Amino acid sequence: MNPLFVQVLVRDLRLAARRRIESLLPLAFFVVAVSLFPLGVGPEPQTLRLIAPGIVWVCALLAAMLSVNTLYAGDLADGSLEQMLLAPHSAVWLALAKAAGHWLTAGLPLILASPVIGLLFDLSTQALGTLVIGLALGTPILSLLGGLGAAMTLGLRSAGMLLVLIVLPLAVPALIFGAGAVDAVEQGLSASGHHSLLGALLIATAMGVPWATAAALRISTE
Amino acid sequence: MPLTLYTYASPPRFYALSGLMVPWFWAAAIALTAVGLWMGFFVAPTDATQGEVYRVIFIHVPAAWMSMLLYLVMAFWAAIGWAFNARLASAVARSIAPTGAMFTFLALWTGALWGKPTWGTYWVWDARLTSELILLFLYLGYIALTEAIDDPRRSDQAGALLAVVGSVNVPIIYFSVKWWNTLHQGASVSLTAAPKMATTMLTAMLIMTFAFWAYAFAVVFTRTRARLLERERNALWVRELVAGGGRS
Amino acid sequence: MNWNSPAEFFAMGGSGFFVWGSYIVCALCMGVEPVLAARRRKRALREAADERNRTARAGNEDGHVQDEED
Repeated sequence: MNPLFVQVLVRDLRLAARRRIESLLPLAFFVVAVSLFPLGVGPEPQTLRLIAPGIVWVCALLAAMLSVNTLYAGDLADGSLEQMLLAPHSAVWLALAKAAGHWLTAGLPLILASPVIGLLFDLSTQALGTLVIGLALGTPILSLLGGLGAAMTLGLRSAGMLLVLIVLPLAVPALIFGAGAVDAVEQGLSASGHHSLLGALLIATAMGVPWATAAALRISTE
Repeated sequence: MPLTLYTYASPPRFYALSGLMVPWFWAAAIALTAVGLWMGFFVAPTDATQGEVYRVIFIHVPAAWMSMLLYLVMAFWAAIGWAFNARLASAVARSIAPTGAMFTFLALWTGALWGKPTWGTYWVWDARLTSELILLFLYLGYIALTEAIDDPRRSDQAGALLAVVGSVNVPIIYFSVKWWNTLHQGASVSLTAAPKMATTMLTAMLIMTFAFWAYAFAVVFTRTRARLLERERNALWVRELVAGGGRS
Repeated sequence: MNWNSPAEFFAMGGSGFFVWGSYIVCALCMGVEPVLAARRRKRALREAADERNRTARAGNEDGHVQDEED
């Protein structure tokens, strides 16, 4: 295991453990945002069951984008980012470690909470399972894309909004396949096609985005 | 002076050459538009299924094609500028973005106005229109990011990275949107123009595409010239340029 | 010729609003954009001229600035 990867990941997890409340904010946002939709759309169970996959996925997307802001900002501020970039290891490992840390602290809780959220919308057990699998494949994609966005907008004034604007179009395929999988299952079809595509998307993202993130970090810190 | 691949990569030489070319691009754009629209309105016949409203196609399709082409061209020159540290290439890429975004907007606007009488609503979430909408978001993201960064070099490089990442994603996004659309709408009605077009319609549409292309060259070159003057304000060539009365 | 009268031409078989709504907006955008670009270039020229006048030192030959590197 690459030492830079391990050390950055352990450091991030340790920092998150020290600020437990802050680490749970994405989860809190997720739950609150998801709950707003029935309030806006009406309590009709049929409607809610229909829109549930889309809502869950969009809110997961937003939770990921909003929590990824501080991925590099803190390290930039106290100078540790420079040190990490000066390390004799490729910045790709740094990007991977940051994305992995983000997924473990922000993505994993979403995955674990999704069955409960799904019950709020009266999804069938099969649909719940599909939702969980889809999120398990999709949230790493979101963490990777979010990391890229964070690296590109590092230190800019309206970094938060800018990041959302940049990354959301790139996350559209994951959203389509993830939410579509649950829809398919609800209609009695198989979700294996959707999940295969999600898996392929995850592999492609993992193979390309960390390099782009490393390049973005170099651009942003020059 | 020997002509090499890089002769016109020099900002002052490009500035001079483009200054000579821009009027010709305008002339071509106007001439092609005149011919194209004349053909489109006075030669091309009424459509059997859609009547007269199909004539929006003479600006809708050229705008859509240009929006897609310009994104790829923008990404290409941005990448060249990043890879070879070529100031001019980066300046051109930045100057393409607003025009590309404009064409994307026009494609969406004309698509909506064509859709209302044809399909009944101003907006349909069909694969092409939705992809075009996402393309608009990609353009806006590029413009927002590059405008938010003050340092020109970092701005150009970040933009180049974003444009390249976007280009790679465009086929993926299009495929996923197509998938999404067919699943949700079942066997979809073909929401594009009638599959077989009369030759005159096709010709007029192609002429308009070239007209838009000439227009794009003219506007992008003008904007690039402006950007070069802004960026190289203190360079010798600019100082000499404005010393001569500043009317070039 | 497709049209028997100007009135027919403007009506576009009933869908005049949609056809002309498209063409007019298109013409507006493609008319305004070049004007903005040209204005930007003129402004850049003006500002470059101001900059040059501001920083040109007395006694210099036209176009030659002391420590300018080519």
